[in-house]
Amino acid sequence: MAEEAKEIKVGPGGGNRRGMPRPKLENPGALLKRLMGYVFKYYPAHMVAVVVCILVTVASNIQGTLFTKVLIDSYIQPMLDSGDGNFGPLLGAILRVAIFYGLGVLAAYIQSRVMVYINQGTLRRLREELFTHMESLPIKYFDTNAHGDIMSIYTNDIDTLRQMISQSIPQLLSSAITIVSVLVSMFILSVPLTVVTIVMVGVMLFCSGAATKASGKNFVEQQKNLGALNGYIEEMMTGQKVVKVFNHEAESIAKFNELNEALCNSAFKANTFSGSLGPINAQLGNTSYVICAMIGGAIALSDNIAVGFTVGALASFLTFNRNFSMPINQVSMQLNSIVMALAGANRIFKLLDEKPETDEGYVMLVDAVEENGEIKEADHHTGRWAWKHYHKATDTTTYQPMEGDVTFNGVDFGYTDEKMVLHDIVLHATPGQKIAFVGSTGAGKTTITNLINRFYDIQDGKIRYDNININKIKKADLRRSLGIVLQDTHLFTGTVKDNIRYGKLDATDEEVIAAAKLANAHSFIKRLPEGYDTMLTGDGANLSQGQRQLLAIARAAIADPPVLILDEATSSIDTRTEKIVQDGMDRLMKGRTTFVIAHRLSTVKNSDCIIVLEQGRIVEQGTHDELIAKKQRYYQLYTGMKSETA
Amino acid sequence: MIKTLGKELKEYKLVSVLTPLCMIGEVAAEMIIPKLMGKIVDNGIYAENMAYIFRVGFLMIVIALFGLAAGIGGAYYGSKASTGLAKNLRKAMFDNIQTFSFSNIDKFSTSGLVTRLTTDVTNIQNAYMMLLRMAMRAPATVIGAMIMSFMINPRIATIYLAAVVVLAIFMVLIMSKATVYFKEVFEKYDELNESVQENVSAIRVVKAYVREDYENDKFKKAAGNIYNMFVRAEMNVIKMGPMMTATVYVCILLISWVGAHMIVAGSLTTGELMGLLSYCMNILMSMMFLAIIFVMLTMAQASGKRIAEVLEETPDITNKADAIMAVPDGSIRFEHVNFAYNETSEEPVLKDINIDIKSGETIGIIGGTGSAKSSLVNLISRLYDVTDGVVKVGGIDVRDYDMETLRDQVSVVLQKNVLFSGTILDNLRWGDKDATKEDCIRACKMACADEFIERMPDGYETFIEQGGANVSGGQRQRLCIARALLKKPKILILDDSTSAVDTATDAKIRKAFAEEIPGTTKLIIAQRIASVQECDRIIVMDDGQVSGFGTHSELLESNTIYREVYESQTGAGADADFDKQA
Repeated sequence: MAEEAKEIKVGPGGGNRRGMPRPKLENPGALLKRLMGYVFKYYPAHMVAVVVCILVTVASNIQGTLFTKVLIDSYIQPMLDSGDGNFGPLLGAILRVAIFYGLGVLAAYIQSRVMVYINQGTLRRLREELFTHMESLPIKYFDTNAHGDIMSIYTNDIDTLRQMISQSIPQLLSSAITIVSVLVSMFILSVPLTVVTIVMVGVMLFCSGAATKASGKNFVEQQKNLGALNGYIEEMMTGQKVVKVFNHEAESIAKFNELNEALCNSAFKANTFSGSLGPINAQLGNTSYVICAMIGGAIALSDNIAVGFTVGALASFLTFNRNFSMPINQVSMQLNSIVMALAGANRIFKLLDEKPETDEGYVMLVDAVEENGEIKEADHHTGRWAWKHYHKATDTTTYQPMEGDVTFNGVDFGYTDEKMVLHDIVLHATPGQKIAFVGSTGAGKTTITNLINRFYDIQDGKIRYDNININKIKKADLRRSLGIVLQDTHLFTGTVKDNIRYGKLDATDEEVIAAAKLANAHSFIKRLPEGYDTMLTGDGANLSQGQRQLLAIARAAIADPPVLILDEATSSIDTRTEKIVQDGMDRLMKGRTTFVIAHRLSTVKNSDCIIVLEQGRIVEQGTHDELIAKKQRYYQLYTGMKSETA
Repeated sequence: MIKTLGKELKEYKLVSVLTPLCMIGEVAAEMIIPKLMGKIVDNGIYAENMAYIFRVGFLMIVIALFGLAAGIGGAYYGSKASTGLAKNLRKAMFDNIQTFSFSNIDKFSTSGLVTRLTTDVTNIQNAYMMLLRMAMRAPATVIGAMIMSFMINPRIATIYLAAVVVLAIFMVLIMSKATVYFKEVFEKYDELNESVQENVSAIRVVKAYVREDYENDKFKKAAGNIYNMFVRAEMNVIKMGPMMTATVYVCILLISWVGAHMIVAGSLTTGELMGLLSYCMNILMSMMFLAIIFVMLTMAQASGKRIAEVLEETPDITNKADAIMAVPDGSIRFEHVNFAYNETSEEPVLKDINIDIKSGETIGIIGGTGSAKSSLVNLISRLYDVTDGVVKVGGIDVRDYDMETLRDQVSVVLQKNVLFSGTILDNLRWGDKDATKEDCIRACKMACADEFIERMPDGYETFIEQGGANVSGGQRQRLCIARALLKKPKILILDDSTSAVDTATDAKIRKAFAEEIPGTTKLIIAQRIASVQECDRIIVMDDGQVSGFGTHSELLESNTIYREVYESQTGAGADADFDKQA
């Protein structure tokens, strides 16, 4: 029940699926097969049990209906005819039927229980697979797909699927079985009446089909208008303060009224047609019932013994007539939700079919100790690392100390092959050096940070890390050796401590505090209501921009990586906080090879090498003094700013 | 709540009454049919009276058609009433929101208002439709079928009555337990989805720290938890179906047994027995419906409450009765102003502010985050009302002005500024709807927006996407400034409005202001000293108080905060602004 209620929230008009247009699907059959295969694979025995239970339920229901005939023809009528009141046999018959009924109810209950396990289990597995698969996808997937669309797979699509597996499929199964068995029973009772019933069902389907079509057209219109109105509402509510400032209330209301009126009109039409479906089906059902009654009455009265159609048979038949149109209506309703759920399943499988990040690297990063001038692998943290190089040809393993030397050699890169963003980048950072990238927006500065850690693979050229091609290094190990502080800070739901510890999961509390102190975060954390145990929610919404940056720096600090990539935040935080953040960053950079996307003069000035990027190319490279002496692009940037501030 | 929402029915009251009437008509038709059916069996078939069968059969078809008409009528009126109510609710909310002051808007938040106007209204629309059609239909069916059954045979009807009561008790028990469970589970479910959201947006962090496995484990644990909770909740609900079926079966068997006795004894006919059996089905099905409706209505209740909140909210800033319709000049005066966003908050945001600004002066305002710079200027155009003291514009208390008059003369470029979907000209004309293109170009030149607009393919006719997505931050800010200039205000307030504009352009804009609109009082809030140092005077804000007010050189001398900021920005820690030189 609660699912139904939840459903209204899903979307506009979602509460009333009847008469909604079906989304177009390329290959629904294959999709359904894949989905059912998925369910069957993990729950074969459960599914068999469900089918058996449905069979029992339907059988018990049919014999119950047939009982009306038996009751009238075999018990009441003879008793009326003979006039004696021996109810013994009837009691026996009723008890027999009661047992069947009992079995039916039991089967229905078992079926529902088993379905809960199948349904929830499948959804749980799907969710887990979706999530773990998603985690394995390359960054490109997240950069090219709207996050809202990805989220909607977890929320809307999984929800519709839940509906489908738990309700539509069992109902469809039981409807199909009911239709067939009722049809057979009807044929046994009376062929002509069955034909009449089928004709009436045909009329019913035709009428409801026409109404569905009419409402479908209007539902499309309603969705369109709803989209337009919602878009307008969102825009106006976001800009409500601007509306006030410009005294624009009347205009904004006028446009709103127009859109509101249009939506009301189409929603009214769509709902009228879809709302008519119920009464049409019900009354046509009644008419079918009446016609069968009249014809059946005529046949029963004709006294033709050969036909053998009794009053009791008529009574039973009429019940079947009812029972026949009900499942047919249900099937047509369920088909709609199944198609909708399949559209969701399609998106789910599409995500599952996305190719995960590949990793052909084999060089590993290990803890290292030096013994007699030779580097060896250690089984504990030593604070030093080495690259473990396995040579297949000679079946030998060599170790090489990790130092943090990074070279770019003729690197070309584009997010798509058609459009290159970086051209022929050449640079060399020796261990401990600080390299600053400067240049205007869109020059490709941030892109560089995506390459060293292989969030994206370069099209041409080579990037070497301690003289090893980064393609040969296992991605996980490569990334572990690099610390990144991104421009947009992202924090996770959890305590402050948890968030810092994200950089090193087994860090002790002392290490966490040490890292926070290094990052200049300790003093503000101490002032939080619960200190290090303060819960952060909604991406750290309860912290200021500057505080979040400090936590991100602390998180990088605890990981203690030899190479750092920093994307300085440009957002305007006030000068004092900025100073604190800056100090934290400076301390973090000490002694590490650092690549920094610089926005601050101080960072740029004391860099070992400044790289000036313009439209994806390096136009200048050198120290601050060298570049100033050159009096070219950097000089312009620098002095241009100087003349403004001084 | 119901009263507030009900007021919005307005022109849809009649159709709201017609809908249940139609539904009762439909139910009546459905109630008569089984009765007639029994008559056909008894008086037609058993009496071997073919003519009677056809006569009653024909009558039944007529009644079915009547039922059809009533049913479609119900759908028609029901849709009309529910979509109409939705329309009126949306309109009433939207209209009321337009009268909201800033503090009213703050109270609800943007997303809160959007949800109320969209999802919540849709929920109410569906619930109202349900209420009009189903909620009338189900009880009417139960009562109608009950009456018919009692008319046929009171003894057997008692069986249903007992069944209905027993079933109702069980359903209430199950449902009340299930709603608690489901509420819990959906809360947890939302949390799970939030964690997915977190992973999607922070995927770079996850990958950079190689925490994929860690996140997977975390997720699996949460998913397992959700699984257990869902199973527990659903195990409750699924009892309903079999229970319902069992009740129907028990009723059928009891009726068969008792009925058979009565028929043999002659107090019941076969036809009547058949009629009773179908009434029995009717009643129990309707009971099931009622349970569903009950749940849906409780769900809609939350939406209704949220909508009522908006409708019942009264704007806390309104025009005085005899408001002043003209602003004499652009002077501004703060007299002992205290201000707090919330009446209950202990610490005011602004404390005892006394400022005197002459008409035509250019004033810079500087101070750290949270020093209440924006709060200060927001009081001038009466976006908020002061808690204590007086703010005067042109020598008159701002509360004495007609709000539209005041805001036309005090033009604010808000810190969080927005453009609307439409052409650039459309957006500019927010400032002055009768502005000619030449007016617009002049304003854009002053705001240094002309240069990039000219370079756009469609120039001033370029379409701005919702929220100004297709222009850069700096371009958006310049357009917003131009829009504010078009008002030709006596006071112009820029609240950190050039933060994304490069320093050279920023200077150009300020120069244009000095030359083109010398008579306008200008207030400029900025982070960069460079943006304010040439102002006539500069206000230094610190923690809600004026820490200094004077010229650049005066402040350098006397104000430590100002000096600190100045040194940090021109010394080694300065903002290089390299990326803004685009």
